[in-house]
Amino acid sequence: MLDGSDLVYAYDGSFEGLMCCVFESYQCKEIPSIIRPPSVQQTLFDTSKRIETDEHKADRVYNSIPMKISSDAQELVKLGFLTCVQHKELLILHFLRLGFKYGGKVMTMLTDDVVCSLQKAVRHLTFESHKFKGFVRFSIYEEVLVAVIEPKNYVLPLLSPHFCDRYNGERFMIYDKTHNMALIYQSQNAELIFVDELTLPEVEDSELEYRRLWKQFYKTIAIKGRNNPRCRMTLMPKRYWSQMPEFSEKDVPYESNQVAQWCLAETRVETLSKYPT
Amino acid sequence: MNIDIYNKLTILSDSAKYDVACTSSGVDRKGKFGSVGNAAKAGICHSFSADGRCISLLKVLMTNVCVFDCKYCVNRVSNDTKRVTFTPKELAELTINFYRRNYIEGLFLSSGVIKNPNHTIEQMIIALELLRNVYHFNGYIHVKAIPGADNKLITRLGLLADRMSINIELPSQESLKLLAPNKTKESILRPMGLISTKIQENSSDLVKYRHASKFVPAGQSTQIIVGATPDTDHKILTLTEGLYKKYGLKRVFFSAYMPVAENSLLPTIDTKPPLIREHRLYQADWLLRFYGFEAKELLDEQNPNFNLQVDPKCNWALNHLDKFPLEINKASYEMLLRVPGIGVISARRIITARRNGAINFLGLKKIGVVLKRAQYFITCKGKIMDGLKITSDGAIRALMADQYKLPSQYPEQLTLFNEPLITREDVHQCLTGQI
Repeated sequence: MLDGSDLVYAYDGSFEGLMCCVFESYQCKEIPSIIRPPSVQQTLFDTSKRIETDEHKADRVYNSIPMKISSDAQELVKLGFLTCVQHKELLILHFLRLGFKYGGKVMTMLTDDVVCSLQKAVRHLTFESHKFKGFVRFSIYEEVLVAVIEPKNYVLPLLSPHFCDRYNGERFMIYDKTHNMALIYQSQNAELIFVDELTLPEVEDSELEYRRLWKQFYKTIAIKGRNNPRCRMTLMPKRYWSQMPEFSEKDVPYESNQVAQWCLAETRVETLSKYPT
Repeated sequence: MNIDIYNKLTILSDSAKYDVACTSSGVDRKGKFGSVGNAAKAGICHSFSADGRCISLLKVLMTNVCVFDCKYCVNRVSNDTKRVTFTPKELAELTINFYRRNYIEGLFLSSGVIKNPNHTIEQMIIALELLRNVYHFNGYIHVKAIPGADNKLITRLGLLADRMSINIELPSQESLKLLAPNKTKESILRPMGLISTKIQENSSDLVKYRHASKFVPAGQSTQIIVGATPDTDHKILTLTEGLYKKYGLKRVFFSAYMPVAENSLLPTIDTKPPLIREHRLYQADWLLRFYGFEAKELLDEQNPNFNLQVDPKCNWALNHLDKFPLEINKASYEMLLRVPGIGVISARRIITARRNGAINFLGLKKIGVVLKRAQYFITCKGKIMDGLKITSDGAIRALMADQYKLPSQYPEQLTLFNEPLITREDVHQCLTGQI
């Protein structure tokens, strides 16, 4: 087998594309040293191998995971793809290679570097998404709920079932600034779309009122004699604060542009992955 | 919405903040079309206040009017303070509007006693019925039962809420008589018993009738104040264990006494809250609930209080050095849980991982074991960790001591190989004031 010390795969950045990389790796009996999504710049002398996305190949790999390894492993790989860990593609490839070699046992190999790293990355993802279930803050614009988040991992697919169930009669949107994606829910239907930029109209007075009330509640509920900023920082690091009204200095909307109209710069609609998480 | 609501919210959340419980856990409930909200079993924290406590529920009193005269409470009748009351509509609007913005997981409703306990509960029922049936709120509700109210009313209240709690506050009858003259042990334990019987009845009803309405599906909890009276940790922990066993409580919360009132019967107003002691009690509470410990293993008549420098589990391990070192690759789950530095998750992972062959120290580190603490108590494949030389009891004790900064009037630094010079009593006195 080629050890492929300088072999680079370039794929289209989709989950299906990654499955095809796995296919290629087995077919050509080679292990790439880098699997590159389109968002990463190509270096000057990089002679990468372009991996075309082929639905048939992707399905073959994906469907073989529960048969040859386990459905838990399939879940782990799906979630692994949403994480922000560096070189997640390689990690998933190595995990699958281990899995196809050892079978279901791979899930119990907790002291193995690859398995341990992938599980750790997925824990980081699920932990962050759990935090966001609480830390997401909606503002109401004419009966539409809008929230902005800046997560490290791509948590929207994990947040979707929770918020769609909670606000099933509402219309809402959660905009992920980091990944330029938005979850839009209306008439019982959720969609993940690609959004370049979001400009919001000025908030209504009633919205400001409730933010003021919430800030006041937040301030009052703390017991002065037990002040413990370090503990708070551990449980709610500062990176979450930017979108929370309890920490905003003024009672101004998040991005105060004097725009009266909705403005959604949408470039393409992401087809919801057919492998729902 | 006006300044009136703003002021009411300020006053009524200010007087509710001494209730420590703010969890939204214990029940999974799907959203329903036509109503707002659901409930997540794990509980969700929506924010953390400056004191590091989780904010999950809109924690308010319905009113701070109270006919009781509990000495330790800000709302006692003898305290000269401004009294206000939320109308049911105001309360419902506030809850729904906070909930839609995802500020909160639900409502925590408590109340001062208006006229008498029964009248108070009736008012709370009216407010919750409006919220549940007219505003169609399907999120989490934690409600406080008022000691001394009728069984019938408590039952009705329980059908509207997810969790109900009655605060014991003081761990003994004598302390109650002294500081909360309107409450008796009986008036607290009777409704507690009622709730636990109702929960049991309800769970068998639910088996028989699928649509039986749910009575406090997330169970009941209580709170005990620590440091207002001379009750020992042993007494508090034994009581806690009894409550879990006898009444099937979901949680017992501890609240370090925060002086809010000047009274000759209480610690002085400048007393610092015994936060470390409270922390130790919570650690012990965890040991009871998840680690298979019993109260009598942790404390006894001779050692009635926790060591403030070493956590309860570590303390137990140090007093039972004959059971260690433990071979990681052979030990039972129950014994793994008793090793300092190994928690529930890492113990489970060890059991899983060792099916694939023996684990070494590097593997343990990857699994998430805190080797800094565990190293003194374990072996891997029969060997102790490389480079570990110290094994004498005193040395371990010094190494394991938490690095709490003790109040500055104690000039002695903790040294590595001496027993700490500060005694448990000294620290206790310093933290709680002389009683």
